[in-house]
Amino acid sequence: MRRRLGLRAVALGYLLVVLLAPLALVFYRTSEHGLHPVWSALSDPDTVHAFEITLLATAVAVPLNTVFGVLCALAIVRRRFRGKGLLNAFIDLPLALSPVVVGLALYLLYGRTGWFGGWLTGHGVQVLFAWPSIALATVFVSVPFVAREVIPTLRELGNEQEQAAATLGATRWQRFWRITLPSIRWAVIYGVVLTTARCLGEYGAVAVVSGRIQGQTETATLRVEDYIQNFQTPGAYAVAVVLAAIAVLVLVLMTLTRPREETL
Amino acid sequence: MSIEIRNVSKRFGSFTALDDVSLEIPEGSLTAVLGPSGSGKSTLLRIVAGLERSDSGEVLLSGEVATGIAPQRRDVGFVFQHYAAFKHLTVRDNVAFALTIRKRPKQEIRERVEELLELVQLQGFADRYPSRLSGGQRQRMALARALAAKPRVLLLDEPFGALDARVRAELRDWLRRLHEEVHVTTVFVTHDQEEAMEVADRVAVLDHGRLEQVGVPAELYDMPASEFVLRFVGDAVRLGSRLVRPHEIVLRRWPDDGAVEVEIERIAVLGADARVDLVDGSGERLAARLRRDELEDLDLARGEIVWASAEPYLARDTEAGQALG
Repeated sequence: MRRRLGLRAVALGYLLVVLLAPLALVFYRTSEHGLHPVWSALSDPDTVHAFEITLLATAVAVPLNTVFGVLCALAIVRRRFRGKGLLNAFIDLPLALSPVVVGLALYLLYGRTGWFGGWLTGHGVQVLFAWPSIALATVFVSVPFVAREVIPTLRELGNEQEQAAATLGATRWQRFWRITLPSIRWAVIYGVVLTTARCLGEYGAVAVVSGRIQGQTETATLRVEDYIQNFQTPGAYAVAVVLAAIAVLVLVLMTLTRPREETL
Repeated sequence: MSIEIRNVSKRFGSFTALDDVSLEIPEGSLTAVLGPSGSGKSTLLRIVAGLERSDSGEVLLSGEVATGIAPQRRDVGFVFQHYAAFKHLTVRDNVAFALTIRKRPKQEIRERVEELLELVQLQGFADRYPSRLSGGQRQRMALARALAAKPRVLLLDEPFGALDARVRAELRDWLRRLHEEVHVTTVFVTHDQEEAMEVADRVAVLDHGRLEQVGVPAELYDMPASEFVLRFVGDAVRLGSRLVRPHEIVLRRWPDDGAVEVEIERIAVLGADARVDLVDGSGERLAARLRRDELEDLDLARGEIVWASAEPYLARDTEAGQALG
């Protein structure tokens, strides 16, 4: 009992120092000078636009990576094919790679002299220093989360239920929608939450490819940095708090909707 | 629907699961496929269901070649050893599954599900989730689910293998009665010879992917086609150069033509029967099974020398039978 208490104290203490204290400080500092500077920072058109860009990139990346993640997980768990190990390793690449490197790679691909950049510019499509590059960067860094959540759940599930559904007359499509997806839904939802959080928080890759033009290609995280650079700390706090609040809200929603009994 | 298996072979890497198996299963029969683990019996059943592809040979359902037909279009009901219950659906929705995806009218589905739940005695459990059922109940639910769309064949893969002995005996009886009621062509796979003999009309014995024998239960016991069948179906002991059933051994106090001289090691009375442990001149041990009255007539005692011979219940005049006895 004593040892368990000790362990709990260590775990909680660590989280307090590393996670909660800095976060609480941000919330505290935001309200330190009253709500007026917070409101004026948040209602600034450039800030509003920055949030719009962040949400747009998230709205592109989350559905894309959810579909891709589930498909990848199905392929890795259920199919045998050449290069499966490679695919499995590649999914983790965005976790291992610094986002700045990702940004640089996109810069080289879509820049004026890059492989795709020249052709696209020739056809009047601006990728770099515009929202498409921000979306691309966000998609890249948030690839692994859904697949990583779904793979172990699928492994544990096995394929007997799907085989049973097949003998009962279900087509491949019906098996997926009626058996597989309901069985992995919590893993998918958790993956979506993590993906969303990662998209909202993306900074490094976006910093390289966006050009950071205020009111045009600035995301919420870049906006925070911008405020700090200009010694407008209340603005930085305000934007940071909104980002943190969204993340907390998503986590709370997920915890509330998740069934208390872990039956699956 | 009749099932015809023609020269089916299947390998998994270097392991031969099925080696040129041919078997006919007549319409309306209840057939057991019996064999030890690794004999290929489950693979054979899965090939019939379309869950596995054979490397060569073909399966005919109602006389039509089924090769290449997806499992969902074969009109078979399949019951898995570990139930394969849909965990996110209630018992009712599990049983209704085949009808729901066929988009049958709601009223019809409701009536059919009620009927099936009554058949498997799960009326009060319709709104439960499978996690709140016992193993026996889950397997009955799986059976009802497999029967829902009125399949032409019912295939059961070690259906009672994961259940405890008492529930297993209950379900055996119940499957037998169900078959009498529903009369669908049924094939079940088991490694338990007693289960096969008790439930099935016909038994097919597999060993190492080869079909050893097909017949009614008594045939397998009395006229085993191979040493494997003799040993696997019922007990067998070696007497001299022959393999015989323990109850076929006759003990006499005088030498006889072809009788083997043995010494009595131990006598154990087991109710109506007695087991007599014997050892022959070369040190080989065997056990004979005698009725109590035979034992008393002989008035045997430990350490005595007697002569053992065997008289099979039916003369084994098949080729394999001659080799054996």
